[in-house]
Order: sequence, then C-alpha cells, then structure tokens
Amino acid sequence: MILQNILIWFVIIPIIMLAGLALSKKMSQIRTVMVVCSLALCGLATWLCIDFLDQRAAGNTAEMLYCGDWMWYAPLNIKLSVGVDGISVLMLMLSAVIVFAGTIASWKISPLPRNFFLWFALLSMGVFGFFITIDIFTMFMFYEVALIPMYLLIGVWGTGRKEYSAMKLTLMLMGGSAFLMLGLLGIYWHSGPGADGAAHTWNILEIAHNGNIEKGWQYFLFPMTFVGFGVLGAMFPFHTWSPDGHACAPTAVSMLHAGVLMKLGGYGCFRIAIYLLPQAANDLAWIFIILTGISIVYGAFSACVQTDLKYINAYSSVSHCGMVLFAILMLNTTAMTGAIMQMLSHGLMTALFFALIGMIYGRTHTRDIRKMGGLMQIMPYLGVCYMIAGFASLGLPGLSGFVAEMTIFFGSFQDADLFHRIFVIAATCSIVITAVYILRVVGKLLLGPVHDEHHRQLTDASWYERLSTVTLIVCIAAIGCFPNWINETIQHSFFPIIENLKAAI
Amino acid sequence: MNYAQFLTMQQELGVLAVFLIVFLFDTFCGKNYRSAVTPLAIVCFAAVTVYGFFCCGTGEAFGGMYVTSPVICAIKSILNLGALIVLIQAIPWINSEEGAVRRGEFFELIFVTLFGMYLMISARHFLLFIIGLESASLPLAAMVAFNKNKYESHEAAVKYMFTAIFSSAILMMGLSFVYALSNGSLYFADLAETVALGGNSVLLITAIAFVIAGFGFKLSLVPFHLWTADTYQGAPTTVTSYLSVISKGSAAFAFLVVLVQVFGTVYSDIWEWMMYALIIATITVGNLFAMRQREMKRFMAFSSVSQAGYIMLGIIAANVLGMASMLFYILVYVFSNLGVFGVIQAIENKTGYTNMNDYKGLHKTNPWLSFAMTLAVFSLAGIPPFAGFFSKILIFTAATESGSVALYVLVLIALINTIISLYYYLLVVKAMWISGDEPVIPTFKSAGSERFGLWICCAGIIFLGLISCIYGWLYCVSNTAAVEGFFKMLS
Repeated sequence: MILQNILIWFVIIPIIMLAGLALSKKMSQIRTVMVVCSLALCGLATWLCIDFLDQRAAGNTAEMLYCGDWMWYAPLNIKLSVGVDGISVLMLMLSAVIVFAGTIASWKISPLPRNFFLWFALLSMGVFGFFITIDIFTMFMFYEVALIPMYLLIGVWGTGRKEYSAMKLTLMLMGGSAFLMLGLLGIYWHSGPGADGAAHTWNILEIAHNGNIEKGWQYFLFPMTFVGFGVLGAMFPFHTWSPDGHACAPTAVSMLHAGVLMKLGGYGCFRIAIYLLPQAANDLAWIFIILTGISIVYGAFSACVQTDLKYINAYSSVSHCGMVLFAILMLNTTAMTGAIMQMLSHGLMTALFFALIGMIYGRTHTRDIRKMGGLMQIMPYLGVCYMIAGFASLGLPGLSGFVAEMTIFFGSFQDADLFHRIFVIAATCSIVITAVYILRVVGKLLLGPVHDEHHRQLTDASWYERLSTVTLIVCIAAIGCFPNWINETIQHSFFPIIENLKAAI
Repeated sequence: MNYAQFLTMQQELGVLAVFLIVFLFDTFCGKNYRSAVTPLAIVCFAAVTVYGFFCCGTGEAFGGMYVTSPVICAIKSILNLGALIVLIQAIPWINSEEGAVRRGEFFELIFVTLFGMYLMISARHFLLFIIGLESASLPLAAMVAFNKNKYESHEAAVKYMFTAIFSSAILMMGLSFVYALSNGSLYFADLAETVALGGNSVLLITAIAFVIAGFGFKLSLVPFHLWTADTYQGAPTTVTSYLSVISKGSAAFAFLVVLVQVFGTVYSDIWEWMMYALIIATITVGNLFAMRQREMKRFMAFSSVSQAGYIMLGIIAANVLGMASMLFYILVYVFSNLGVFGVIQAIENKTGYTNMNDYKGLHKTNPWLSFAMTLAVFSLAGIPPFAGFFSKILIFTAATESGSVALYVLVLIALINTIISLYYYLLVVKAMWISGDEPVIPTFKSAGSERFGLWICCAGIIFLGLISCIYGWLYCVSNTAAVEGFFKMLS
C-alpha cells in the first residue's frame, strides 16, 4: 500500500495543506492549517532523520532506504520511485524547517492570503517531492511543480519591478529545465535495457548500476543536465534571474527560494549529472569549474557594490551556491561533504537573512543601506540576528558557514594540478570579499549613528518574527557546533558516486 | 448487398441518427417547442458519446473502403467528448438572439461535419476519404458565417471557404499524381505498393509535397496557416473552439494514417525531412506570432498553430509510442483548449470583451473564471501537475525513441519553444492576476452550462495526467493497431 511508505507523506501533507487552504475562509483557519501542516512536516522530517540514523547504526548499508516504487505509466516504464539517503534526509529537514519559518514569517501577508499560501504549499510540495524521488521523470515533474508558483508568488505579492523579475525568473528557470528535459530523455533512451533485458528505466539507481550510457552521448548529455540544474544553482552566466528575482520576491518566497529551491540545482547536479554520467563528469568538469569559479568570485564582488539589502544577499547567494557546485565538481568525498554542508548552511543562513530583511523593510520601507543606520539602537533583537546571519555567512567558527567552507577548501585542495590550485585559491579569496561586504553592511546598517530620525519610533520584532528567526538561528548554531552529526548522516551516500567516478576514468 | 456491414459503422450511424432526430424535430415541431432542440440534441449526442466508448471492434465495410479498429474508435470517442463539451458550452450563445433563429441548423451542421470527420478517419480508399474531407470542411464555412449580422464573421467564412477548397484541390492534385503512378486503384493499400515500387521519383516527391500541403492547410501548419487568425477571430467563439480542437484533431489523425499507410515506405527518404522542416516552422512561427497578439481569439489561433506542431511530433516519431502520445496529446489539448475558450466565451457572452487587456484584475471580480483560465493555460504551456505536462513529455519521449540526433535537435527546438509559449501564456495569467488595479470586467454570474463545461475541462486538466490508465488505454489500442500492421509499411 502506497501510504505505508513514510516518504510519500512528504507529498501528501502538502496536498492536505492545499485542500485545507481551499476549504478555509478566515485568516485564523488559514494560519492553523499552515502551522499544523508545516509542524507536521518538521516532525516527520525529524522522525525520519532519527530513524534513518538508527538504521544506519544497525548496519543497514543499502544505498537508499525506505525504497518503494509504484508503476505509473506502464508503456514507458515510468514509476513513482521513492527512496532517501543521508543527503536527501538532510535536505528534507532543511526544507521542513524553512517552510515552517517561512509560514511564520508571512503571518500577516496581504492581499489574498489564501491564494498566497495555496501557491506556497504547491511550491513546498514540489520541493519535498523532488527530494524523495529517485527516478528522473518524477523528479523532473516535481522540479517544475516547484518552479511555476514562483511566477505568481513574485508577480502578485512582490515589490519593485515584480512583473519583470517574475517573468525573467520563470523563463530562465524553465529554459534551464528545457535543456534538462532533453538530457533526461537522452539518459532514459541511452541507459539501455538492464542485464535481464528489461525495459528502459527512469530509476536513478538502476541507470547507475547499468552504467552503459555511451561515452559520446555522455559528452552530449552531461552539459545539458548540468546546465539545466546549474541555472537553478545560479551558475555564471545563467545567474541573472537570481538578483532580480530575490529582490522582488516577498519575504517567505525569498526564504524558500534561496533556502531550498536553489539547493535543488546543486542536488540535481550531484544526483543526476555526476552520478549517472561519470565519464563525462571526469572529462568535462573543468568547463564547469571555470564557470562556477567565476560565479564565486564575481558574485562576491558584485555584492560589495550593491546598496539594496536584498541585492547584496542575492549576489552573496550566487557566490555561495557557486561554491556548492564548485565543490561537487572536485569529485572527491571531502569536497562533496563540504558541498552538502554548504547547501544546508547556505539554506538556513540565507533564509534568515531574507527573513530579517523582510522584517526591516516592513518597518523602514526601504532596503537601501544608505538611507538607514544605527538600527541596533532601535531594534536590538533584529540587529543581533542580522549580525549572527552575517557571521555565519563570512564563516565564523561555531556557526555553520565555517564548517562548510573549511571542508570545501580542504577537499578542493586535494587535486594537486595547477588548474585546480588556481581556481581553489581564487575561490578561497572570496571569503575575504565576503567579509568585506558583510562587515560593510553590518557597520552601515546596524552600528553607527541613526540615519533617519523617523526610524526611532520603530518597534522591535514581534513574537512571530522572533519565533521564525530563532528557529533558523538554532539550526545554524547546531550545524556549527556539531558538524560531525551531519557528517555521519551523509558519509555513506558518497561511496556509490565516487566508485562510479573512479570506475569511469 | 450485405447490409450487416453497416454495423461496423456504429459510431457514424449514431451521429447520423442524432442528426436525423434533430433535423426532423426542428422541421416538424411546433414553434413553441423549438427551444427543446438544444436539450434534445445534447442528450442524444451524449448518449452516442457514451455508446461510442463501447463499440470498439475491428471490422471493415464496402470492400475495405471503410475500416474500424479500437484505435479509430478511440480517436472518435475523443472527438465526441470534445464536441460534447463544445455543445454544452454553446448553450448560452445558441439560445441568445443571434443564434436562436437558426438553432437547429447549428446542431445539424455540427453533426454533419463530425460525420465527415469520422469518414475521413476511417477511410482506406481515397474516394471515401475525399467525401469525408469535404463534408467535414464545407459545412464549417457555414458555421463560421453564423453571426449573420457581423461583418467579420462573413469575412472569416469566405476566407475559410476559399482555403478549404484550395487545400482540397491541392490534396487531390497530389493524389492524382500518385494515382497516375498506380494501376488505377485508390485504395490506400494499393497506392502504398505503388509508392514502394516507385522509389524517389520526382512525381512522387511532388505528390507527397502536395498531400502534405493540403493537410497543412487543414491543420494550419506554417506556411499554410495564414487563414487561421482571421477565421478564428471572425467566427463565433463556439465555432472557433470547434475548429481549433475537433477539426484539428481529426485532421491530425487522418494525416498520420495517410502518411504512414500510404507513404510509409518512403518515410526516411522523403517525408520525414518535409515534416521536420514543417514542424520547426510551425512551432516557432506560431509562437513568435502569438507573443504579440492581444485579441484573445487571434492569440489562441496562433497558440493552436504551434500546438499543432507539437501534435505533428507524434507523426514524425512514426511508432506506437508516437501514435499513443499523439492521441493523448489531442485528448489533453481538447480539454485545455476548450477550457480557455470556455472562459473567453463566458466573458464574451456577458460583457462582450475579448481583449487580453480587458482581463486585467479579473481575479478580483471573477475569481473562479480566472482560476479556470490559469489552469487551462498552464496545461497548454505544459506545466505539471496538469495534464499538458504529461502530454508534452510523452510526445517528446516518443519522438526521441529512434535515437537519431536530428530528432533530438528537433525535440530541443520544441522544448525551447515551450519556453516562448510559456511567456505568452503567462501574459494571460499576468493580466488576470497581476496587472491592473481597476478591473475592467464587472462581476457576473456565468450561465450554468458554461460553468458545467468549465468544470469538466478543469477536472480533465487536473486528472488526465495523474491517472495514467487513460494513457495506458490509448497505448493499448495503438499497440493493437501496430500488431494488426498499422506501421508495416515503415519497416
């Protein structure tokens, strides 16, 4: 029975959410539905994580746990296959936390709160569905389910040049998914029937085990899939949707988009492009190392010269997400561990940033750092939170950013040739640039004299804003202080991928 | 004569029976009962539609001029379903002052064209085929001209009429070339043998080009699409929706039959490349022209031009998957397109607005209509979890099955075009949900039948893709056709 699989509930709860929202009339009902369902998701993710670790501790070394598959389109052998490894478990945790925080952060959304949460729930359904599936068809479907609500969420509830940004974001991401689709079709038809002469398969594990995609086709399909997911991972030169999109999106959407959606890109590159096309990954990684290297440095420099708070964080996201892809392309366990940690760290920290920016903007009605100053005196709670987020971003030990970036650079330095060295050193420099733009904002915005006397009447965070930010900060500190726990969860997941890569050389 | 062979034509006979009932009732009933024609026609036709799903045997009549098989019944049932939705959505219009005078004629013409399309689909002899083709297209010209008092309607009808005649003439010219090569038979099977023997003669290439051009006009493929926008705009909206889905769907299937069964042997030599160029032109040009349209019916005209290009992907695939995916695409397209036209029609009937700029802020005044429209355009654009996504993906998968690089490139072009199409479909969504503080269209309550039609369309859009057994059924009937030798000319 399909409902007995725990993973499928990650999709069913958002569906219940959608149904509950469709039925509810009053704001209080809408809030109840959202809070109950997102808490249920958090609980489910936590339970899954604990149970997953238990099973691993009990010696279950299967590649994917909680597997299940149900035939869907029999003529094409399309199945709904689910299964998780450590990486997906953590991604599900991250998504659940951010969906919860986003719900709380949009407590007073207007206009049309019900429609807002309907699209928000659809978006989260796409995200959860993407992380639980292990077949490329359903994965692609959930990927697109997660993309399209962004158009309306930004277009209707956004600020600034929202129509332009929403259209740009949607078309660019969908453009990426067009390439991705072609790549997936190629993988499907060329992975060939398995040893037992069965039909073509969409299942990631089966394709990886068959491992019989011809080399020539791999060279064609790898760029397709990597670029397809890379667009969502804000890889240079396809990152231009990100600053505009994030700047115009409403708070909760920025949080979910930067926090979770951009991770879909990294996760997809890792799970599909690298895992299924190992030969091409070995041979063509250098192209994308160059591009992601540019993303890291260029994103950081761009963030230095922006004056809009959201643009600063959007460019900083380009830089940090570039680091995720960069580390994945190093094709070794340490760097990949760092990449996963960076995904988690960046997800939480950017969500926190965008939540805080939304709260500050809601009070001062400007995001221009030149028009604000000394906010620490006026709203100390928000100020402290902003500082914590900033320190996480520039990699202060004890917070999540430090662990992630250190692991990435340790891992990346393992490749001893000149090419890799140059790019790793360049990427490492971005830490310094990050410090520049973070400290510049902190100094200008929070410390120093109060710029605008009208700001003195502003209030500090209300209870729901505190709840939203505290949730995220606790998670950031938890990763920073106990990184070993993350490492234990994900360590088994890299073996098959690294084995595949080694076998393909 | 063996009268039992008529029993293979059950669906045709059903439509004919409905036609006769409506015709006789309309002619001989008293003036006071005239308005009963509408429910009578719809109920009878609904019965035929339901019945159609159950008569799926294999058989032939008139010495093989007419054949029927499960796959043919499936496409006829899909068309029936679409026509039924069109009729349901037409009720408010046909009961209004414009239509009420000639209410009976509207239904009669629709049933005649449907009958013609059935013959066209089932024909395996070009004489019967031409009869079907003509009786499917000429009455449509009368339907396009149905708004007696509107100048545009007449203009559209004249354009449609000339195009229909012209395209039939071209098609017949092409057929006469093939006929010249053959030993005097017009059976598909005989012509196919001629084609197989004929090789790549210039005459054959010309013949195929003419046949493709003739169908191109019917399906409004680029560069034969120039009549589409004007005709769609001028015709009454009900007729436009009928033209865009039912007429197109039937022509697409007949096109597949002719290309595969008659010209199958020269697939890779001759018509694969013609279709290749045609598909690229159709999808791209249709999309590029649709971007600039603000008049909803013209907009949908170009949108359906590009959608026809996607349907053609099922033909160029020329395999079982392609056939099943094409049928599925037509089915989904019926629901999605009729959803859009249902909303256009509901708004036009109540307020007279048909421009996209008038839809601004529609969600404030008519949230359910904008919701239905959003679903329908998302489905047309191929956004999951709506049915359009599945139909697009399935047809792409079918097209790439042969594994040739050229077809991958074709699919890539089609995929990039879905992004362009997404842009203009989102313009509709934007008009309704995002732009405009002052809604132009006031709040109104649309007629019950229109709402019912939209409910059917929305249900179809949401569930057709998720419930995979519908595709399974279409694949099963296509597979039966393949086993019976539908594609045997290709190999």
